[in-house]
Amino acid sequence: MKPLLSVRNLSTRFDTFDGSVYAVNDVSFDLKAGETLAVVGESGSGKSVTMLSLLGLLPRSTWVTGSAIFAPEGFELDLLSVSKAELNSLRGNKISIIFQDALRSLNPVMTVGEQITESLITHHQYNKNGAHKRAVELLEMVGIAQPDKRYYAYPHMFSGGMRQRAMIAIAISCTPDILIADEPTTALDVTIQAQIVELTRRLQQDLGIAVIWITHDLGVVAGLADRVMVMYGGTGVEIAPVDLLYENPGHPYTAGLLGAIPSIAGSSADRLVSIEGAPPDLFQEPRHCQFAWRCRYVFDRCWKEKPPGYIISPGQVVKCFYDGREKTPRVEE
Amino acid sequence: MLRYLLSRLISSAALLLGVLFLVFMLLHLTGDPVSLMVSRYASPEDIEALREELGFNRPLLVQFGDFLSGAFQGDFGSSFRYRQPAMDLVLQRIPATIELASVALLMAILMGVTIGILGGSNPNTILDSIARGIGLLGQTIPTFWLGLILIIIFSLRLGWFPSFGRETFTFLGLTLPDQSIVLPAFALSLFTTGQLARFTRSAVMEVMNEDYVTTARSKGLKKKRIYFKYILKNSAIPLISIIGVQFSYLLSGSIYIETIFSWPGLGSLLAEAVGTRDFFLVQATAFFTSLVVIGLHLLTDLVYVLVDPRIRYR
Repeated sequence: MKPLLSVRNLSTRFDTFDGSVYAVNDVSFDLKAGETLAVVGESGSGKSVTMLSLLGLLPRSTWVTGSAIFAPEGFELDLLSVSKAELNSLRGNKISIIFQDALRSLNPVMTVGEQITESLITHHQYNKNGAHKRAVELLEMVGIAQPDKRYYAYPHMFSGGMRQRAMIAIAISCTPDILIADEPTTALDVTIQAQIVELTRRLQQDLGIAVIWITHDLGVVAGLADRVMVMYGGTGVEIAPVDLLYENPGHPYTAGLLGAIPSIAGSSADRLVSIEGAPPDLFQEPRHCQFAWRCRYVFDRCWKEKPPGYIISPGQVVKCFYDGREKTPRVEE
Repeated sequence: MLRYLLSRLISSAALLLGVLFLVFMLLHLTGDPVSLMVSRYASPEDIEALREELGFNRPLLVQFGDFLSGAFQGDFGSSFRYRQPAMDLVLQRIPATIELASVALLMAILMGVTIGILGGSNPNTILDSIARGIGLLGQTIPTFWLGLILIIIFSLRLGWFPSFGRETFTFLGLTLPDQSIVLPAFALSLFTTGQLARFTRSAVMEVMNEDYVTTARSKGLKKKRIYFKYILKNSAIPLISIIGVQFSYLLSGSIYIETIFSWPGLGSLLAEAVGTRDFFLVQATAFFTSLVVIGLHLLTDLVYVLVDPRIRYR
């Protein structure tokens, strides 16, 4: 079956006064209808920028190349080459996004209810009354008590968890095909995090939405994702089904990340492993493996060219010249 | 809300009292007015007699108390020069000043906010540079010089507007100024225009980078809606306080502009009163002006509640 979204060689560059920032470099991935893809990586690894590039939400002095074929039922188009108007008709309608900081992401001077009605009126030709009724239903769906009263509340009157629920209500209002969740639980405390994750999963199952969940928390990923893309230095270094990734990480960076998760079962004598060094300088155009500076398996080829994607098991693609299983550099076939 | 209002009213009254005290003391630092009122040939005995008669020989605090108790009853003393109650003179001048201030404010909002929006929503373009230039010019051109230049160009050369005075006509029972208000109002407005342009520009630029604008775009909303409901509505909030403060400044009457254009408002009255050391008239004008400024500041804070749902006073 054709993937719902097929991103190929996506690169994003910002031009700043200090020079060009190579924020995303050659990212490729597929998203199937209804599945959850987690995108994991440290701050500055290009997770958010990748998604904002797809939606055309980046500032003017940004260069995006590559392709992103979006193929829901009935039509097919490239998100990176459609007209602005066409893209705008997809945003909030077929593809929605929720952000990390719900307080700052909601308009402070508009009622929560009205903010939910906006997409409905824009994309689905609801009238004011119909949109109002639907917004109250949506508030109830995302678990906000007294939805008909809360419709008239302003964002600052909500708690952090409620605001994120309201954001979700906005995002799912038009029943999109894809929901991009850009670290939606990072600003929340742990119990609320779990509730939001649970809510998203429930809605996803009920509505059949594909979810791209951006996070730097591998703990969240395990319980949520079908597949995982690990990003480093602006590129997707590994993509794998979630259990395969945890059992048998193919990229030294993934292995490093997994080694840095504290385990409640481990003995206190086990020290958490940290990855030596700092993230790469994004002002340099990448000409070799971005992880080479910090990699313990680095050898001369890593400094000469960018590793292509190697399929090491079904569904597992790794961009690394080192074969962890054979404990040798990879041999080209 | 009521408690907040009450405490604000009390502190406003204290502030007003302080201003009056300051004005009173500063006036008396310049010497007493009697020496100006008598002829050069008056004998010291005559001067002393007049001083006695007008009460200027009493201790200052007693005189201030006297002034206050009068003021409480609406009696601000009589102008030495016009031989009329000082407050009556002030009240006669108020309509002219309100007209001038309102027209100037309207011009400033129309020009300043528009320029600011254009500049702020197109940062680092030619439009933005023009907006910044106008903002800077508006705040740096001396108003009296601008007034004179306007007179030279638009009255003397082109003859489009009168160079001085205030003419009115009656429309639907209202007394309204005719084109004689255009030049003084424009000259007066330019400083406020500059300030509004600068503040609007930075407010719009700031709001455009807010996360909720990205959200609005991610929802696929129409440009117009994002602009009005998200960017402009949020940018307007910080502007309210500036408009309030600027209006109170305009309403207290511009000494330069009213003098240059012989506009019969509070500013020219004050200039005249200070020039002739007409103590009671200065005090009455100062009282009225401070009342307006303090009142408008209070009003500005109250308007916030209407515009920004996050603000509630307790």
